Amino acid sequence: MAEAAPGLTEDRTTEVMTVNIGPHHPATHGVLRLVADLEGEVVRDLRPVIGYVHTGIEKSCEDKSYWKVIPFVERMDYVSYFFQMEAFCGAVERLIELEIPPRAKYLRTIFLELNRIHSHLVWLGTTALDLGAISMLWYCFRDRDRILDLFEMAAGQRMHTRYFQVGGVIEDIPLGFEAKLREFVRDMPVRVGQYQALLDRNEVFLSRTKGTGVVSRERLLELGVTGPLLRAAGEPWDLRKAFDYLAYPEMDFKIPVGTVGDNYDRYRVRVAEMVESTRIVEQALDGLPEGPFIADDRKYVLPPRSELSTSMESLIHHFKLVTEGYRVGPGEIYYAIESPRGELGCFVLADGSAKPARVHFRDPSFVNLQAFRDMSVDGYVADMIVSLGMLDPILGGVDR
Amino acid sequence: MPDAPGLELIRGQIEQEHPGAALDSGFEHGRASLSIDPAHVLAVLGWLRDAPGQGYAFLSSLHVADYLPAQPRFAVHYELLNRDRVERIRVKALLEDVSPAGGAVGGPAPEDASATAGSGGSPAATGPAGGALPEIDSCVSLFPTAEFQEREAFDFFGIVFKGHPNLTRILLPDDYVGWPQRRDFPVGGEPVTFTYNERDYG
Repeated sequence: MAEAAPGLTEDRTTEVMTVNIGPHHPATHGVLRLVADLEGEVVRDLRPVIGYVHTGIEKSCEDKSYWKVIPFVERMDYVSYFFQMEAFCGAVERLIELEIPPRAKYLRTIFLELNRIHSHLVWLGTTALDLGAISMLWYCFRDRDRILDLFEMAAGQRMHTRYFQVGGVIEDIPLGFEAKLREFVRDMPVRVGQYQALLDRNEVFLSRTKGTGVVSRERLLELGVTGPLLRAAGEPWDLRKAFDYLAYPEMDFKIPVGTVGDNYDRYRVRVAEMVESTRIVEQALDGLPEGPFIADDRKYVLPPRSELSTSMESLIHHFKLVTEGYRVGPGEIYYAIESPRGELGCFVLADGSAKPARVHFRDPSFVNLQAFRDMSVDGYVADMIVSLGMLDPILGGVDR
Repeated sequence: MPDAPGLELIRGQIEQEHPGAALDSGFEHGRASLSIDPAHVLAVLGWLRDAPGQGYAFLSSLHVADYLPAQPRFAVHYELLNRDRVERIRVKALLEDVSPAGGAVGGPAPEDASATAGSGGSPAATGPAGGALPEIDSCVSLFPTAEFQEREAFDFFGIVFKGHPNLTRILLPDDYVGWPQRRDFPVGGEPVTFTYNERDYG
């Protein structure tokens, strides 16, 4: 064998190898490509490559009237569609200074929190699956299905419901919805307890999550990370508490926080959030005010269907709203809410026409993904996969 | 949010420390916004972040708006957040469109367009058709979170962030031509390109 070239070491274990993971890989939870520099089994550098499911939603929104934008934005982060709707509708409502009725606020709060549980269930099922806990996927998707049933009952669709409208919600909850929701609210904390019983003392789960993927709170803040990831590092920052929107100021709930900021804390925080969300849903259901479920401003809100056959004025409003849509005076707004993944912000620029001049979403997955390198470098490849699951990026939201 | 007098106070202090930096301030829909000269962007952002009594240490979002046909045409929006006082302020750095009308031909001393296609080094401040691109200082040194968001802004609006560690396209393919989120870029009518097929079988 020839002598090693000068500068090259004989020790082959220190050779750095660049490995491509994805974009189509079950562990990346979507179409995410990872270019990892590996030294043996240790990750030395990591570059996420994104954009594979970029569909130009923000650009398409500029070509749609305001009310037609709602189903578009739902399809960005396809697991938390109610949050996208709320971010957009809330931004437009603030632009036109339209106050939504109390019942609509409560209904929106109920559906947002149900969506949060749904999103966390998808996360828990798929991430536990990555760790080898296959049964978790079936259990989580069983409960997720009950939430989707509730969505279907209220909105007619299981996903991408288009339930929120500018001014309120499209329809009141139907008869029988409350009983079914109460049943779900009663069962959910028990189910969460069962999940914890399955995972919390599972040796494999503990050894793979404890102490892996740690990033300090200061670094997370620098990187703009929000949501459960930040809270797991001990920072009790939650927009539901910090800002006044919907019915959250009237709700009694806690912000679960972690201590170390490792993958185990991230798991604990999200599981605890599911229980807190259940409490919010229950309180909102108890306190659900009577009254209209959508604002009564005919310049922005469709008139009730029953009026169309009797009132000429309603017919004209209906026609104008459906054909041209409403115009929004020039202005710009940034409205942020707490999505299951962190701060979901919607920026809308209105130029006075019936179409937005710019819609931009500050997607929490997109920003949080920047922390992935810090979470993974100098750890094992196996830990990188766990960290990615605990990061919980939704690539539809990242790429938009 | 800082209220309207609070915003004027901030503007006055910036005016004192960095003369000419603050151009305008506005308070609409309960949100404070401050328009600044892009030349002073780092000074103003750094002051808002570090000055005692300010503490806007969290950059929530960085995005760009195209105000065509208004001039200055672009604005880079920095949504800053003070998490202790729970106050948001929007800083808008107004950028002139430096490319000639249409941006198609006859840019001042156009460089070889192919030089920008390579994704390795930092791209020269020229567009695909040789037109110059608006430039602003990158704030990654102040807010590391801006790294992806500035790349996104470059990707869609062709705004060059000087000093960015790796200013390449992020969501669109590296060989994409044009700045699709600009208001004069049409929606639709764009051919679906499969570069691999084109190269090998085209």
